[in-house]
Amino acid sequence: MSTEKTRLQRIFEWHEARLPLVSFVDHAVGTKYPAPKNLNYFWNFGFLAGFMLMTMIMTGLFLAMNYTANVNMAFDSVERIMRDVNFGWLIRYMHFNGASFFFIVVYIHVFRGLYYGSYKSPREVLWWIGVIIMIVMMATAFMGYVLPWGQMSFWGATVITNLFSVIPVVGKMITTLLWGGFSVDNPLLNRFFALHFLLPFVILGLVFLHIWALHIPGSNNPLGIDVAPGDKIPFHPYYTAKDAFGLGVFLLAYFTMVFWFPNALGDPVNYVKANPLVTPASIVPEWYLLPFYAMVRSIPNAVIGVAAMFGSLLVLFAVPWLDTSRIRSATFRPIYKILFWVLLANMVMLGWCGAQHPEGLPLVLSRIGTFWYFFHMFILLPVVGWIETPKPLPASINTPALKPAE
Amino acid sequence: MANTAHVHAAAPAGETRRDFLLYATTGVAAVGGAMMVWPLIHSMNPAADTLSLSTTEFSVAGIPEGSRIIVVWRGSPVFVAHRTAAEIEAARKVNVSELRDQEKDEVRVQKPEYLIVSGVCTHLGCIPLGVKATDPKGDFGGWFCPCHGSQYDTSGRIRLGPAPKNLAVPPYKFTGDTVLIG
Repeated sequence: MSTEKTRLQRIFEWHEARLPLVSFVDHAVGTKYPAPKNLNYFWNFGFLAGFMLMTMIMTGLFLAMNYTANVNMAFDSVERIMRDVNFGWLIRYMHFNGASFFFIVVYIHVFRGLYYGSYKSPREVLWWIGVIIMIVMMATAFMGYVLPWGQMSFWGATVITNLFSVIPVVGKMITTLLWGGFSVDNPLLNRFFALHFLLPFVILGLVFLHIWALHIPGSNNPLGIDVAPGDKIPFHPYYTAKDAFGLGVFLLAYFTMVFWFPNALGDPVNYVKANPLVTPASIVPEWYLLPFYAMVRSIPNAVIGVAAMFGSLLVLFAVPWLDTSRIRSATFRPIYKILFWVLLANMVMLGWCGAQHPEGLPLVLSRIGTFWYFFHMFILLPVVGWIETPKPLPASINTPALKPAE
Repeated sequence: MANTAHVHAAAPAGETRRDFLLYATTGVAAVGGAMMVWPLIHSMNPAADTLSLSTTEFSVAGIPEGSRIIVVWRGSPVFVAHRTAAEIEAARKVNVSELRDQEKDEVRVQKPEYLIVSGVCTHLGCIPLGVKATDPKGDFGGWFCPCHGSQYDTSGRIRLGPAPKNLAVPPYKFTGDTVLIG
């Protein structure tokens, strides 16, 4: 091959010398980002979350072109998208189911971090930004759910905004400010639309910080030990190929829902136009907020209930210090490994409770679940770190995990 | 380093399989991407409810001779003129070969006394004046565009000014005095 550079190469290099855009991407997720060679498929989910963010922004943009943020027109404008706009049904179902799949992906990503200790030194700030992204996502998803102005939109908005009213002294002022009036009405719909459009771009900015913070220490790995440079492989093509395969599997699941079960994850009551005078028989949020909804309902005191719900998210910021063990991966932590699965089962149980009427068994279970969540975070995490005897760590990720170094 | 293509260190044989996989993957991704981009772009085209509003029906019975009205078709104005004999005469005696956009008046009307043309100036989309009795009608007794001074004659043909084309004749049909545009 000739060493002579083609005209195209020279133009490319001229541009890169002035704005190294391609080099930047190459260092971020390309050939210049060395990643541990033992990453398993749970490391797909960061990429998938980024993919879903872009999918939501793209479909959301085209929905916004056809949506009207007015209490008299919002519901009909969504129905028009479904019936009249070319491919409107596809775009809306992708957006609507996309929210669920975005949360599935992000929750797996978060639990991946909890299992493999990805929040521990030196990745605390990376973890913080991730927690912020998740909280902003929840706010964005909630506001998006209000936009179709169905019964569940309206009453969800009423219940969630009223959560702030329990804050002592300033509570009522905050809800009045959120509403721009004295109940959920047009001003709230307008500002929720504006914020629902804005926040995804805030998330996009946070994702850049997240990736930046990731690149300082580099990726964690299933063994949780520091990785020698020789045990790393370039992100591209190795992990782009692995991510692409994972994306294919993910898209099969996602579009199976979009095409065949588009409303399975939604509440049929939301296809009834909002009526401020009639509350539906049971108000439930979307599945991804159910565990937190169960927590707020499990506590008979309004202030403490709301504090518990927000606290359950805020406590995640402190997890890097609450967990006193210096071993990252649960693979080498026999007690923590059990507690991890109990915590995961506990969240699923809370999610189930959140969908039931808060009485009888579901109420008892949501109280147990809420207690266990905080017991796990504040008591078990530090204590287990002290008393647990970890299994011996391998000398490197090159050494098979089952045959630890002598 | 500027060139970011992944360089395979001297792989003479066996390279075909890797190339095949690369091209196949890229191909699937490109086709999949295009299949997603089309619905997004097509969603910006007129929706079913917009298309369903694409006809307009009105009656010419109430238009006195010598006056003009505007009807709205697909969100834009359409001029309907009940022409006088003098106006028809003026439109028909013009030497077509001198016109910028050469069209005989006969092909622009179905009934000579009713001229039905688009009310959108072919220059940059303004609405020419000439419907109200007090409006300026230009040197040719038709329409005068206030934006850049295009002048149309009593057949709606461009005679003076920057507009390149005659006022377009929309598809329409008469049923007695009733006209259906679209």
